[in-house]
Amino acid sequence: MELSDFFTNYTLRTITLGTAILGAICGMLGSFAVLRKQSLLGDAISHAALPGIALAFLFTGVKKQEILLLGALVSGLVGAFWIRSIVKHTRLKSDTALGLILSLFFGFGMLLLTYIQKLPNANQAGLDKYLFGQAATLVESDVWLMAGATGVSLLVLLLFWKELKLLLFDADYTQTLGFNTRFLDILITSFIVIAIVLGLQTVGVVLMSAMLLAPAAAARQWTNKLSTMIFLASVFGALAGVFGTAISASYDNLSTGPVIVLVAAVIVLVSFVFSPERGLLFREIRFRRNRKDLNRKKTLTFMYHIASDHADISHPHAIRILNNFQGYTRKTLNQLAERELIRIEGDQWAMTPKGYEEAATLYDQTPDPV
Amino acid sequence: MSGTQIEIQLIAALVAVACAIPGTFLVLRKMAMISDAISHSILPGIVLGFFLTQDLNSPLLILLAALTGVITVILVEAIQRTGLVKEDTAIGLVFPALFSIGVILIARNANDVHLDIDAVLLGELAFAPFDRLLVGGSDWGPKSLWVIGTILTVTLTLLLLFFKELKLSTFDAGLAATLGFSPLILHYGLMTVSSVTVVGAFDAVGAVLVVALIIAPAATAYLLTDDLRKMLLLSCGFGVFAAIAGYWLANLLDASIAGSMSTVLGLLFFVVYLFAPGQGVLSSLFRERRQRLEVSLLVFLLHLQNHQEKRERHVNHLREHINWQEVRSRRVLDLARKNNLITIVDDVVDLTPKGQQFTDEALSYITTNKETAIEELKERFFLFRG
Repeated sequence: MELSDFFTNYTLRTITLGTAILGAICGMLGSFAVLRKQSLLGDAISHAALPGIALAFLFTGVKKQEILLLGALVSGLVGAFWIRSIVKHTRLKSDTALGLILSLFFGFGMLLLTYIQKLPNANQAGLDKYLFGQAATLVESDVWLMAGATGVSLLVLLLFWKELKLLLFDADYTQTLGFNTRFLDILITSFIVIAIVLGLQTVGVVLMSAMLLAPAAAARQWTNKLSTMIFLASVFGALAGVFGTAISASYDNLSTGPVIVLVAAVIVLVSFVFSPERGLLFREIRFRRNRKDLNRKKTLTFMYHIASDHADISHPHAIRILNNFQGYTRKTLNQLAERELIRIEGDQWAMTPKGYEEAATLYDQTPDPV
Repeated sequence: MSGTQIEIQLIAALVAVACAIPGTFLVLRKMAMISDAISHSILPGIVLGFFLTQDLNSPLLILLAALTGVITVILVEAIQRTGLVKEDTAIGLVFPALFSIGVILIARNANDVHLDIDAVLLGELAFAPFDRLLVGGSDWGPKSLWVIGTILTVTLTLLLLFFKELKLSTFDAGLAATLGFSPLILHYGLMTVSSVTVVGAFDAVGAVLVVALIIAPAATAYLLTDDLRKMLLLSCGFGVFAAIAGYWLANLLDASIAGSMSTVLGLLFFVVYLFAPGQGVLSSLFRERRQRLEVSLLVFLLHLQNHQEKRERHVNHLREHINWQEVRSRRVLDLARKNNLITIVDDVVDLTPKGQQFTDEALSYITTNKETAIEELKERFFLFRG
């Protein structure tokens, strides 16, 4: 396909728009999941939604998108709240509770799906698209549904912005201030479930959790501000959706869901390495710079001790006498000379008054005026 | 029962036991979700191994896939060490990416790889008996039976050899390290065993359901016992039960065997979760209710001790004063009387000598901040609990 297809091909435009919106809502709500240390909740809920889809089909016998999603929503919510109850009432930890609900609900869902497949009902094929998702089946009404859900969750987010922000950073304090943390908790969990259910058709049960996590984890690296993070996560999610769809449309046999997830993973990787504050690259650069700085300071201190033995602090000394001190290099000395802390003449060095002054106050704990 | 049926159940039971053993330690070490990560991320390893060997049961493929599992663990830990994201986020980032690579590999090479994407999630236990191991023309039984049998034997041997070390490092990693047992070796040993088991079981029950077999029996057993040995035995028992019962349920419904095995495990867990003595929801609610009543009783006795005047000790006044509803105050009064802590004469409540003594001792416990000791005190004084 050509790039121009992108704007003329109606189906492709619908799909791209759908995945973009999905990415945005997932990024937005996923930020909350990541910050609340509930990253794997999405994984559990998306798997837990499967029996809901199958049961909705079994009871109604029709394959209407809305009904199936409603079933998924109910069973996702049941799963989410059962996890909370397990952690609260028993000694099982949250990881076990998540794994339990994830695998048991999914297993039950698979039992139902394989049962349905054997039923003499011509209508039943295609439920398994929810396993890996088929973005190609997105139609305009699905996109509207996603857009509507995004709008509603944005509205709720703005409405409860202050409360949710407080809950994220200090749940106990929120409670002591008299906010209903239980309500807020249920609210945010429900919206996360809604986002997951919307994504099932596109990305599928198995990969949905990455949609929720990856944009938020990437956005977290670029900022310490909640609003910026949510905005960035939405943008990253939308980008992953658009590029993932474009790439998978350009090749045969490339399902959209996995490609979107891989694009999101690349965004995460780039963020991990290149973000200026937390990124691994700049962290390493900072680390090396600090180490060099420390070496320079150590050399200066050593010189200071030699110079302070003499009446004239600027009395020249041979560079050779620094030899039993391991920390210096020619570069260090040059750097010190550049800053006019020492003078180098031939193979001799001498401290300047400025250098002497600086070395004497080097370990003062008072903050640097610079 | 035909020979095939017996073989399927045998394979299912062996898979269940092989999963339950590492599962017990994963649950106790709070690393249950790692099994989820491993089970998904071995997919690219399996696909690549399949390219090389063209045989899902080949030992090379199993080792290659297990290696991918261990790499996943290392990758997750490397991301955690950067401190950029929390532990669970690291898991959630790594395995979908690897799984996606696997799915894409399968889809791109659909013509060469006889790996069905449904089989990846579900396994094909029903077909397992048809892939038979032939040595010199004679039939040695299904291949997967040999694969999982070997894995189980190795796991059991390792378990027996390193039981003490595993137990120690699971419950007190610090002590284990000071005593000279490398936590690192045990950790990666467990991870390797888990990976190999997951790969071996993958063929039979699929990626997600192997997680059910690992976590669910161990979690169910953990609600019933505090003893590691008993927990291991119980979880193996639950696994085998789920395997057999699941097979027959699947037979009945003509549905996926793996799906019905985990459904049975789910039902089993649900029952234990509700009714387990001590850890179950019902017993936890019961305990909460009892403690609430007994705290009320204590408050009530302290109130009595503080007031000598008759007016303050009148039954009706108490209701107003401590602001209890009628049902609750009647229950508290009943409990106190049944335990001979109070007497009621003309609607005026009096502490008995026993009640006086209990209140004194309770007070001294509370003021010295030894809240746990109050349980022992209750044991000594109460004939009936709340």
